[in-house]
Order: sequence, then C-alpha cells, then structure tokens
Amino acid sequence: MSHASTYTPSTGIEKWLDKRLPIIRMSADFMDFPTPKNLNYWWTFGGILAVCLVIQIVTGIVLAMHYTPHVDLAFASVEHIMRDVNYGWLMRYVHANGASMFFIAVYIHMFRGLYYGSYKEPREVVWMLGVVIFLLMMATAFMGYVLPWGQMSYWGATVITNLFSAIPVVGDSVRTLLWGGFSVDNPTLNRFFSLHYLLPFAIFGVVALHIWAFHTSGNNNPSGVEIKDVKKDAVPFHPYYTVKDGFAIVVFLILFASFVFFNPNALGHADNYIEANPLSTPAHIVPEWYFLPFYAMLRAITFDIGPIPAKLGGVITMFSSILILFVLPWLDTSKVRSMRYRPVARMWFVLFVITCVFLGWLGGKPAEGSYVLFAQIATAYYFAFFLLILPLLGLLETPKPLPRSISESVLPKTKPETSAAPGAPAAAE
Amino acid sequence: MKPMFTARTLMIALLALSAGPTAALAAGGAKHPKEQHWHFSGPFGTYDQNALQRGYQVYETVCSNCHGLELVAFRNLGQKGGPFYLDSCPAGVSDTVDCSNPNDNPIVKALAAKYKYQVTDGPDDTGEMFQREALPSDHVPGPYANEQLARMANNNALPPDLSLITKARAHGPDYVYNLLVGYQDAPPTVDIGPGQYYNPYFEGDMTVVMKPEYLHDGHAIEGVTVPPGGTLAMAPPLSDGIIEYGDDSPQTVEQYAKDVTEFLMWAAEPKMEARKSLGVMTIIYLIILGGILYWSYRRIWADKH
Repeated sequence: MSHASTYTPSTGIEKWLDKRLPIIRMSADFMDFPTPKNLNYWWTFGGILAVCLVIQIVTGIVLAMHYTPHVDLAFASVEHIMRDVNYGWLMRYVHANGASMFFIAVYIHMFRGLYYGSYKEPREVVWMLGVVIFLLMMATAFMGYVLPWGQMSYWGATVITNLFSAIPVVGDSVRTLLWGGFSVDNPTLNRFFSLHYLLPFAIFGVVALHIWAFHTSGNNNPSGVEIKDVKKDAVPFHPYYTVKDGFAIVVFLILFASFVFFNPNALGHADNYIEANPLSTPAHIVPEWYFLPFYAMLRAITFDIGPIPAKLGGVITMFSSILILFVLPWLDTSKVRSMRYRPVARMWFVLFVITCVFLGWLGGKPAEGSYVLFAQIATAYYFAFFLLILPLLGLLETPKPLPRSISESVLPKTKPETSAAPGAPAAAE
Repeated sequence: MKPMFTARTLMIALLALSAGPTAALAAGGAKHPKEQHWHFSGPFGTYDQNALQRGYQVYETVCSNCHGLELVAFRNLGQKGGPFYLDSCPAGVSDTVDCSNPNDNPIVKALAAKYKYQVTDGPDDTGEMFQREALPSDHVPGPYANEQLARMANNNALPPDLSLITKARAHGPDYVYNLLVGYQDAPPTVDIGPGQYYNPYFEGDMTVVMKPEYLHDGHAIEGVTVPPGGTLAMAPPLSDGIIEYGDDSPQTVEQYAKDVTEFLMWAAEPKMEARKSLGVMTIIYLIILGGILYWSYRRIWADKH
C-alpha cells in the first residue's frame, strides 16, 4: 500500500495477530486508503463491477448444483431449474441478465478509463490487468452462453470455434482441441462447463491484482492531476466512497432488477429457447449484444490482404481490436491524462464512442450490402483512433491549462471545465 | 461481378462444413405480428385464470393432436398461478385433503386420468412396458412416440413442442396469436404444393414457391412483389364453434387463439406472477435503500463542500 499505515492494534489479540498475520491492518489500511475527493459517478463502476462478479459467482454456483452438462440433458435441466427448483427462475434470470449488466458496467468503466487517461503512467499495469480481466470475461460469457444448449448456444459456439481454424498451420488442431472432437458436441459442452466454472475464479484473482495495482499507483481522478496534499486533495475511502459507491450500486441494481423481474428475456435471443439442433441452422446467427461490435469487425474484412485470406484477416482484426488496448499506454503520446483539458481529443473520443455503438448495431445486421461498407469504415476509425489520432494528437494539440491541484480543480472559481465530462453528474466535492 | 470472399459466404461455408446437411434459410420477411393486449402484459400483468382454463381446453382438444407439451407436468396445472390452482377444496372433498397441493388437486387428478394419451410406464414384473392413466406427477404425454412417427404423420414436417413456443419466437405471444388467426388463401403469384398452407406471419421465403412466370434468376420480376410470410404443413387449426366453452366466452377463432396463446405463455413462463410480485417488492426495497444511502452520502460529504 502506498500510504503510511494508521492502524494501531488496541486489544491484546489484535497485537498478537498483527505480528503474525497483519490482516486487520491490511483491511484497515484498505478502508483508510486516501482517495481523490473529486471522483465523479463514472468512478463508481469499479465497485459495481465487483458486485457483478460476486452476483455471477454466487448464482452460478447454485445453478451448477442443478445443471447437467450433457447434450441430451442440458436444455431440459435448464428448464428444470426454471420450473421445479425453488427460486431457480430467479437464479437463472439473475445470472443470464447479470452477464449483460456486467458488460454494461465494464464498457462504461473502460470508456471512463479512456476519457480520463487512467491508463497513463504510472497506471499502465492497472490498465493492462483490466484488459486481461475483459478478455477473461469475454471467454467466460461466451462459454456460459453455450451451456443452455439452445440453438444460438450451439450455432454461436460453432461459428466462434471455427474462427480458430483460420490460424495458419495449427488452426485445425486448435479447433479440434476446443471441440474435443470433430464438431461442437458433448465433449465441447463438458469442457466449456468446466472452464466456465473455473474462469470466474481466475477473474477474481486478476481483479485482486488490479486493485493492488491501483492501490500502489493511487486512483486517477477527473482532473488527471495527482494527489499533492493528502489532507486537501483526498478523503479516506471509508466512509466517503463506500457510501457513494453504495448509492451507485443500488441505483445500478434497480436497472438490473427491472430486467430480471420485468423483462428477463429482452437481452437474449428467442432462438435459444429452441433446443440445439445440429441439422437446422438458424437464419441469422448473432452473438449476445455485448459481442456485436467485435462480431462486426470480424465480418468487416471481406477481402484478402496480400497473403492473408479474408477469414484470417477478420479474425486478426477482431483479436487486434482488444489486444491493441494492451499497448494503448504507449500509443497515446499526450502527457495530459484527463480529456477535460484536451478539447480536440475529446471530440475524437466522442466519435470513438459513437463508432463503437454503431459497430454494435452493425454486428446485429446481416453482413451484406452497405452494412459491410459501414462496418469497414467504422473498423477503420476504431483502429485509427488508437494508431493515428492518439499518437498524433499528443504532439499536435494544445491542451488547456491544468489545475495546480485536485482541490483547486474543484473550487468553484476554476470550475468551468466541469461541464466537459459527458453527461457526468457534478463531481462529488 | 468480381469474385469476393464475403463474410457471409464464409459464414455459410463454415456452417455447411461443420453441420453437414443444413438448410440455410434465406429470410423472406414475414409480416410483423399485430400487437395484442394481453392480461399478462406489463409489470403488474397477471394470467387470467379463466382464460388459462379455456386455453388448456383448446390445447387439449386441438393442438395436442399434433403438438407435445413435454416440459409441463399435470401437477403444474394446479400450482399457484396455474389454470386449475385451488385455494381451498370444492364441496364434497374430504377435510383432510389440501387441494392447494397440486398432487391432491381433484381437478388436476381428473384431467390427468382422463387425458387423451396415456403414459408409457414400466417395465413391469414380467419385463414388459405398459400403458397407464397419467398421474399429476407425470409430464403431459405427447401425440407421437418419436420424431420419425411425427414426421410420417405430418407430411414430413415436425410439429414443434409447444412448452416454450411463446418464448422461442420473436414477439412470442403476438406471433402465436397472429399465426393462428392469420391464415390466408395463397396469392395468385405462388403455387404451393398439396398439404402446404400459406400464412403471412410464418417465417419463410415465398420466392421459392412463386410461379416460374413471375421469376427471373430466382428473383421476382419487376412489378411483382414477393408475398410476405411462408408456407407451413399445419392446416388452419381453428374454426368458429369447434370447441364448446363452459363459460359464455365467444366461441370464435379469435377467442380460441387468444385463450390458447395465454395458456401457452403460462406453459412457457409458469412463474411469471411470482416473478413480477417479487420484482415489485425488490424495486420498492431498492428505492428506499437508495434513498437512505443518498441521504447518508449527502450527510457524510457535507463537510467536504
């Protein structure tokens, strides 16, 4: 931890334990962690994500007690959960909608990191661990969607696992390994279930590293200026941010509950209530909404690039769109973290967000006609944002003057830039 | 035409490769189902128990001739929120019986016992399988022993199980209702085979059944539009007056379709009422908790302003 410990063991047993396993000290320091006092509501999504992970793990463990990972029984066992298990419908709807809520929160969390430059020195490792978590989340969500063994489960699994066959030389072997055979079948379902149970605990571990990392570097904040004077610029995490995060979590849970209880199937696909049938292909195979932007980029590459066939090109493009985030800290040349003080970058950022949403919309459309062209343009912009715009802007733009400290940034007289945060509720001062 | 390896062909190739004999359906665009008002719509919507009972009657009389309902057990009919749930026993039933328990519900027991299909049980002491009357604990027996038999009886079409049909189609209940009441005579531009019926709400592609004089290169010629919808092997299943209702509800195709759709919605989502009422309590709880937390937040941060 980066701050001096303020914990003093008061009772005998605390003193005894503190010399042997300073776990109370660690928790106390965690609660006492000096946190910038100007964090706005966009910063509450970290806590929201932790809640999402716990909800998914708890409901998932209960569901696994009643689920059967076998191609002949999986679909019926899910319906058994829905109909015969006490509150099974609640567990399943929370878990299924929880995946969507998790992704809504993680996308907001990532866009927040992008906007406020939370990936910049000294937080590169925080950011990269975040990208690892995101990749693990995608793998977990994808495999989880296969488990109910509906039509979209089966055909989604078929399309995505087939992508791996595009890898030169080892592609076919990799695909066979994923399948555990020569098509998506019972061995596939079994290993996906096993991995779907395993990966959330891997996520849990990387989340611990993610938190450790930003407790070492300290939180970024909307001004992007580091804490200069702990007394003036920071407040202890508890109670100031436990209460603020708590409030935001409850607001988020209201959204969550409104899906679970009143529209539990709105984010799913009707075809997944039809049991998987290898002999009948759905007219349109679409992944879950949170994968649609990447699906659009995959399908945007309809042309060979030199020696790279279109299929491999699409796969490379799709994976690169995430892998590029690992090097983002070194692509962005600007020393100014927060886009509040980068009016030009802010415009490109807004366009980037619009592009991502647009890609998501395109991912749900058939890959034909002008949709393909739009997807190609949007994909080009997605990569240009990281590879051209952020590197060049840092050299070309003139940022606005930075506040000298966090406390100065939240004083009313130096406040005109607060409006810069897109729709952000006023910073908590 | 320059040869382009599009993602679409890639996708079809991938699927064909992995799935062997697949039918890649080109969606011809079905008519958008007209939205109906349902008793179960909205956050406070519930099932109308009378409609569920009539709907069960329609299913039992008509639909069950070809369609199964395999995920529903007879006992489900007597569960809370189900069509034949009883708060208390009707007159003439012994005091020791708890009729709110679906397994002891006399209506459910009778419906199971006199159901049109029996249950295959066994093997018995002589090693033979045998047929017996259904019990409340049995799932609703279907019309066919296996898929092959079902296809043989239905012009090679497979009547889908209806347990989840209202969730397994886009616009679920509206779709089912519109399909049931939406049959039309085939338009003059198409030539559909015997045993096939035209329905503008059915997902399909009518281009494939258009008369050759209206086609050029597999597409409709100019000035001719492809009719919406598709053809299916199910003849219009309902007609006015075919089912005698015990109450004074109109005995029309529209009413039958409406009732059976509500019943099928219940069959797909039997816990909907419990879900919505728990949802209302949960949201109220969260709003109060959120209010308290917001107030605490303002108090705690007051000195930091």
